[in-house]
Amino acid sequence: MSTETTKKFNIDTVANAEKTPDTELPWAGLGLKQNEFDDILKVLGRRPTGAELAMYSVMWSEHCSYKSSKNHLRQFGEKVTPEMKKDMLVGIGENAGVTNLGDGWAVTFKIESHNSPSFVEPYQGAATGIGGIVRDIISMGARPVAVMDPLRFGAIDHPDTARVMHGAVAGIGGYGNSLGLPNIGGEMVFDAVYQGNPLVNALAVGVMRHEDIRLANASGKGNKVVLFGARTGGDGIGGASVLASESFDDTKPSKRPAVQVGDPFAEKVLIECCLELFKGSLVEGIQDLGAAGISCATSELASNGDGGMAVELTSVLLRDPTLTPGEILMSESQERMMAVVTPENVAAFEAVMDKWAVEYAWLGEVTDSGRLIITWEGEVIVDVDPRTVAHDGPVYDRPFARPDWQDAVQADLFTGSVQDAGRPAAPAQLAAAVTELVASPNMCSKAWITNQYDRYVGGNTAMAFPDDAGVVRVDEESGLGVALATDANGRYTYLDPYHGAQLALAEAYRNVATSGAVPMAVSDCLNFGSPEDPDVMWQLAEAIRGLSDACMVLGIPVTGGNVSLYNQTGTTPIHPSPVVAVLGKLDDVARRTPSGWREDGQAIYLLGTTAVELDGSEWANMRGHLGGLPPKVDLDAERALGEILINASRDGMVDSAHDLSEGGLAAALVESSLRYGVGARIALQDVMDRDGVDLFTALFSETQGRAVVGVPRSEEVRFTDMCTARGFAHTRIGVVDADSGTLAINGVDELALDALREAHEGTLPKYFG
Amino acid sequence: MTELPLIGEAVAVAAVPRLAGARIGVVTFPGTLDDRDAARAVRLAGGTAVPLWHADTALGDVDAVVIPGGFSYGDYLRAGAIARFAPLMSKIIDAANSDAKLPVLGICNGFQILTESHLLPGSMIKNDHLKFLCRDQVLRVENSNTAWTLDYQAGQEITVPLKNQDGQYLADEKTLDALEAENRVVFRYVGFNPNGSRRDIAGISNAAGNVVGLMPHPEHAVETGFGPESLDGIGGADTDGLGFFTSVLTKIVGGDK
Repeated sequence: MSTETTKKFNIDTVANAEKTPDTELPWAGLGLKQNEFDDILKVLGRRPTGAELAMYSVMWSEHCSYKSSKNHLRQFGEKVTPEMKKDMLVGIGENAGVTNLGDGWAVTFKIESHNSPSFVEPYQGAATGIGGIVRDIISMGARPVAVMDPLRFGAIDHPDTARVMHGAVAGIGGYGNSLGLPNIGGEMVFDAVYQGNPLVNALAVGVMRHEDIRLANASGKGNKVVLFGARTGGDGIGGASVLASESFDDTKPSKRPAVQVGDPFAEKVLIECCLELFKGSLVEGIQDLGAAGISCATSELASNGDGGMAVELTSVLLRDPTLTPGEILMSESQERMMAVVTPENVAAFEAVMDKWAVEYAWLGEVTDSGRLIITWEGEVIVDVDPRTVAHDGPVYDRPFARPDWQDAVQADLFTGSVQDAGRPAAPAQLAAAVTELVASPNMCSKAWITNQYDRYVGGNTAMAFPDDAGVVRVDEESGLGVALATDANGRYTYLDPYHGAQLALAEAYRNVATSGAVPMAVSDCLNFGSPEDPDVMWQLAEAIRGLSDACMVLGIPVTGGNVSLYNQTGTTPIHPSPVVAVLGKLDDVARRTPSGWREDGQAIYLLGTTAVELDGSEWANMRGHLGGLPPKVDLDAERALGEILINASRDGMVDSAHDLSEGGLAAALVESSLRYGVGARIALQDVMDRDGVDLFTALFSETQGRAVVGVPRSEEVRFTDMCTARGFAHTRIGVVDADSGTLAINGVDELALDALREAHEGTLPKYFG
Repeated sequence: MTELPLIGEAVAVAAVPRLAGARIGVVTFPGTLDDRDAARAVRLAGGTAVPLWHADTALGDVDAVVIPGGFSYGDYLRAGAIARFAPLMSKIIDAANSDAKLPVLGICNGFQILTESHLLPGSMIKNDHLKFLCRDQVLRVENSNTAWTLDYQAGQEITVPLKNQDGQYLADEKTLDALEAENRVVFRYVGFNPNGSRRDIAGISNAAGNVVGLMPHPEHAVETGFGPESLDGIGGADTDGLGFFTSVLTKIVGGDK
């Protein structure tokens, strides 16, 4: 940088900090608490410089340090058996966990939140959410191969929902489509609790050969530290305005966006460029720049390696030359990576950068001093133990207690409530109820959204929305591939956080198994309100406890994820929303099972039993009721069901499979019929007799551990024998009727598929154009 | 050192020995997305895919060129406007206009690059509904005499994926009349015009028929299980796009189909 620029700053050096211990620092404005600032003083033995304060403030933030959740998250690492670890190549703590797929292949996936930016500026917030998670995947050495996006918006008819929805969907599409990553699924829920705080989560999955796994560490004294990709700008600097005192003049832009601005083209080039670096084994360690930018990358790389790094900050290429050192350290400009390169590889590294026309700057090198030293024109402005920045942040044991309103909520059952008045029973009422259900905001077709995403690019998408799981081929010769599903039910978790979180896991597990894949690993994005509210903290603690317990029973480990707290409007928190992603493996994606039936005359079976479980259901939600207890969790049954679905898929015993979840059997039957526009004739008397439920309950109850499958006639005996041998409830409920164009359920007026489709697909266009 | 295949990287399998000698170049610009898919399509059709880099100054010994889809240079300024000035493009333009009439196929962003290069007339603007749209699209093959459509019948309907934001084909009325009069409208959208294109035009050719551009993606409909579903959902449409690539291969090696 030119000296004219640097002259404008009153650089707060370490020497200056030692000389001026009483200088007032804007720590409160940067979000630090008194005790946290005191800790920084203790760690350093002096006051921090402005640049150090900037680093600590962002790295010790809730988002980066997990200070409220750390004590609870530990369970994901503790409740793990050796059996669960056997396929885990990289566990929690790195940018993303890595799971062994066999044949020398490995897969990495992770889900993260980008909630608040997506409310402030939906397009860029959602876009950069995709960008960030994709860089996490690249950092592991993997080629990203697909993305998914679970979304929660406010009430569908609220005027502000369209703003957020249009922006977020266009942002996800605009960014993801430009990266060449197929979007293979996700979720969409509308609920007023998300009005002032939508949830925009993003999942990315990548694959690599075992030998290509890369970790974020800076080892080897004398190795060079390089920053490459986009230039550093003033975007995404949260509390930086309080650092304005660093500047002597008023030439800088007065307002900087706190939301980052994405450039998908730069990211696409960065992906290809990184893969070429990996292929040539040109980097020793690599780290993406996300939250907390250079502060995070330098302190994490240094503390995970030999422990020392020296960096000259004026070498950073800037978009805006007026940025102060603190702002440069905090900037969250997108599409940047930091790598450690041996001196021998510098020339080859630069050749790759030049080929892809990517800008880079050598910032410094790895040292064995155990210190992270950052200079500004040679003057030391940061001199810290990097561990104290990256890993030794504050940890809080936040008080939590079961809310005093929880009992009353759980006692408020749907059955018999005011909202339950006039429950449909007659054939015409039931037909209307089914149609209303599949047209309701949460159950309607998501095609309006998914049609804005490229699901084909890459040529390896074997299955995508609206099937239960997204399936991507990994190995073109063997057909080896992965299946992914994300699920969460905020209402269930509100009613009972422990079991609600388990239900999210159970559903994602079931969806993956339904596609025919063997579930292998979990990533979770825990979206909750303020941890300083003991009620919310209890929800979080219970959800984590529930999720980690359930992972033990299902035998699949959590390999990574993210916690997003303070999701609330004023003092009203969102429903606790632990979004759970499950990854599974298919030996040959050609064996995947789609959710719809096609062949005339095939038998339709309902697997599992049905209880009266309407509390927290979509039906109760449509009637404006939320109370009682969520459906019962039976993880052993989920496991048994999963094994049946996986075996049936592998051995060609089923041609279609669809899990039962929100909306119960009614939703599943309609979706399986509409998938390929092929009808069915259904009779539920056997189910009703066996389980002692009425037709309404059989259709709308959300009992877990169930699925509907289409079984070829030639396979029926083998299939039922398998279910019988495993002691799993199964009932033949009907046959596929390819010519009728209707879904005919005994006791329900016949439903024309055309009318169902119109209802199902008409809702989103009606509200969003 | 033995190299392990990257995901989606073409593995050379000559399905049709007679065609394997035909070399089809696949161009990659910064921001190109469907280059691996195009190379796979060439391979599945029996040919040999040759990667071409935008900065190359020679075409090498390729018999035809595919300019795949994506967002070259981020579609900044205007889709295809920057890519058109790549060193390799001037070689492609010369070869396409030469007596040898190099077959060139531009798909989606590739089509946009071809109109920017003036190898094809008209232009693409934002879809009339202003959104990115991904769908399985029915097309009618209007002209089966181009280098890329020989293996289809005129009037044949095929289903291939469509996915774009700037897919609305536009030209002045005189140009549109001329395209129709000269049988240079190669594909039309059937049933649903997904972007407001004039006269339902999905793809066109140059006068000689060696240069073809279209918005939908035939390279995404070349493999069973990974292509579009036919509208009745009973399968069978997932390889409708393969004919583009077998057509040009057949033309290159000459002789009977």
